[in-house]
Amino acid sequence: MTLYHLAVERMALRGKIVKSLISLRRCASGIAFVPSEPDPSLGETTRMNLCQAVNNAMDIALANDSAACLFGEDVAFGGVFRCTVGLQEKYGKDRVFNTPICEQGIAGFGIGMAVCGSTAIAEIQFADYIYPAFDQIVNEAAKYRYRSGNLFNCGKLTIRTTWGAVGHGGLYHSQSPEAYFTHAPGLKVVVPRGPIQAKGLLLACIQNENPCIFFEPKLLYRSAIENVPIGDYKIELEKAEVVKEGENVTVVSWGTQLHVALDAVNEIEKEVGVSCEVIDLRTLLPWDVDRVVKSVNKTGHLMITHEAPITSGFAAEISTKIQERCFVRLEAPISRVCGWDTPFPYIFEPFYLPTKWRIVEGIKKLIDFQH
Amino acid sequence: MLSQFRRCFIPTSSQMSSVVVLRESLQSVILRHCSTASDFRIGEFTDKYLSHRKVEFTEKLEIPSPYQQSTIPIYRVTNSEGEFIDPNYDPDLTKELAIKMYQNMITLHQMDKILYDSQRQGRISFYMANAGEEAAQIGSAAGLRDDDLMFGQYREAGSLLYRGFPLESFMHQCYGNAKDIGGGKQMPIHYGSAKHHYVTISSPLATQLPQAVGSAYAFKRERNGRVVIAYFGEGAASEGDAHAAMNMAATLKCPVIFFCRNNGYAISTPATEQYSGDGICGRASGYGIHAIRVDGNDLIAVYNATKAAREIAERNEPVLIEAMTYRISHHSTSDDSTAYRSTEELTTWNQKDNPITRFRTVLQNKGWWSDEEDKAYREKMRKEIMSAFLNAEKIPKPHILSMFDDVYKEMPKNLQEQRNELAEHLNHYGKHYPMKDFQGI
Repeated sequence: MTLYHLAVERMALRGKIVKSLISLRRCASGIAFVPSEPDPSLGETTRMNLCQAVNNAMDIALANDSAACLFGEDVAFGGVFRCTVGLQEKYGKDRVFNTPICEQGIAGFGIGMAVCGSTAIAEIQFADYIYPAFDQIVNEAAKYRYRSGNLFNCGKLTIRTTWGAVGHGGLYHSQSPEAYFTHAPGLKVVVPRGPIQAKGLLLACIQNENPCIFFEPKLLYRSAIENVPIGDYKIELEKAEVVKEGENVTVVSWGTQLHVALDAVNEIEKEVGVSCEVIDLRTLLPWDVDRVVKSVNKTGHLMITHEAPITSGFAAEISTKIQERCFVRLEAPISRVCGWDTPFPYIFEPFYLPTKWRIVEGIKKLIDFQH
Repeated sequence: MLSQFRRCFIPTSSQMSSVVVLRESLQSVILRHCSTASDFRIGEFTDKYLSHRKVEFTEKLEIPSPYQQSTIPIYRVTNSEGEFIDPNYDPDLTKELAIKMYQNMITLHQMDKILYDSQRQGRISFYMANAGEEAAQIGSAAGLRDDDLMFGQYREAGSLLYRGFPLESFMHQCYGNAKDIGGGKQMPIHYGSAKHHYVTISSPLATQLPQAVGSAYAFKRERNGRVVIAYFGEGAASEGDAHAAMNMAATLKCPVIFFCRNNGYAISTPATEQYSGDGICGRASGYGIHAIRVDGNDLIAVYNATKAAREIAERNEPVLIEAMTYRISHHSTSDDSTAYRSTEELTTWNQKDNPITRFRTVLQNKGWWSDEEDKAYREKMRKEIMSAFLNAEKIPKPHILSMFDDVYKEMPKNLQEQRNELAEHLNHYGKHYPMKDFQGI
């Protein structure tokens, strides 16, 4: 029995625990997940949701590398999102273990392991709780190699954390803090949009010789199901993916929001016949400038959409860079459809999020822009 | 009461949730041995809540005052005059090792003088001296294996010196010249050496502590027999990372020694404004880690304590050593400590309890060292350091564009572009920059 099957069984058994944490039915924003097709060259596939794909990636990482360890709060029994189910039984208590509740400690500990050449996969239970580790991540992990003249590094550190809106997470179970970290040279920041990407990108992060932060869109843990290759494969970091080709407007997004963007694009194509190209950035730092430039040079219109608040959100960086590189090709000001500049609210979530309808409206304005 | 309690507990496994099932076997064992609810609860609290430390109920309402508890004593071997108080604790150092340690203290002291003065002359930008804490640094380094990993704060140059880090390398780092193995990226005294198992120093305080625990955990898994020592000051011990580290070291059972230099001040803040408990050592039992307080000006005491701590750490039990000492030097070259402490206090410490003079007496009493040798050695080292210093001063700064190296393992495209942009800018505007000081572009 593969670990994947084991995990499915256990999940069924313990599903009740999880339901109180995540309930898609209660998700007012109701995103429509658009599955991707697996690369046929990667061989046999099986149906996995995003949570199982993450579990499967870590299973492979632990199997491949006896120095790899997985740790964080409540990971030993399988994790509060069940991403680590079955791994402690399979690899032992010294490789998959709980830590005290202390995010700065988890990040510091992971750096220390990586400094000694061990692969450290640290979990922060929610991205909302990564800030106590901010100093360790930004001042230490990101700068380790640079400041020591490459005498020491913590390249074998990967920090995984659950990320993004979930329907009812309120202020501290919904945040998208990627822009805080994209300002820290030395880190790689990665967000997958589905199970296939999650597995390939996570394996790439774990093997990458730079400290990586891997944000897992928690709304997709169970709702996103794809045919995921069962073998060991990696998706190259720092490469954006054109998820849908189009002619008139480029829409850039990542994570859960990518699906909202796809939904909006389908709507607008139906409604007004505007052809949109949708790009999943996947790696936010360092990001694939060239791919976005290529697209915008073709379409002349760019919209960037993310859940995080708009001011100083990562869309601002993309927008500025593209304005520099595509100035003469742009036919309208770059549009950003993002969260409002408020904390992430509980009951108002449907009005806070950059919904499909806000994107639809935004694209119409882009197209109708008059000089 | 009892029957009520039992009603809650006795249901068979079939009535329990799946999570409880996992614990069934454990609980049934406890059940067999508990006749009363109190016994059961004492058993639970002892084993599960308090890591098998036996606990009892009490009917006396008493809130213990920390001031009623005795403080942890300061372990020493010699008195301030360098005489063995209990000769049984003379560790029988070889003459060779004893002289090496002493000479390292002298070298460190001489290096401090030269580099401190050079900062005053504006030749290097910054310096932090080690005066008063030479024994804590060198005694602890000598108590370890040479391949044990060291994480420092910044006032542990002596530990690195003991490991054989060349004088030239100290100087190159302070100058940030092309021969600095750190690439000239950090401020002076942020030393590091992979060869000497000394992790590069960084300025943020206490961040090294949970990192040291992670490294110790990696060593434990590798079963390589190495331990990790993490140095920090009593001020840094107030950081959250110190708490994180000690708790993680204890719960994850890591071969790590926490070595606190309690020198009475964190810049201007006296220790009394830093904490109210029994120093740093007093915290250890709360975390469940071994602890010893040691006279930090007694090189032999520090050496003995570190050696003993290492044996415990090797068994994957963390140890805290608090070395009581005094910061003779200013905090740094950016600090004038007379603004917050009296010259008299400083002079008294320096004269009455100097770690170097104390250990010199030990050596002289054994007939291993003389005043003439002392004078000659100081002079010899002064010359060697001066020569290394002047040599380092002549070496140009690194290649300008190496500024972009090592941000990542490989250079991403945005950095390649920015490197080219700077090179292009310097082609046109180079005359406005200190180009001649650098190896070029």
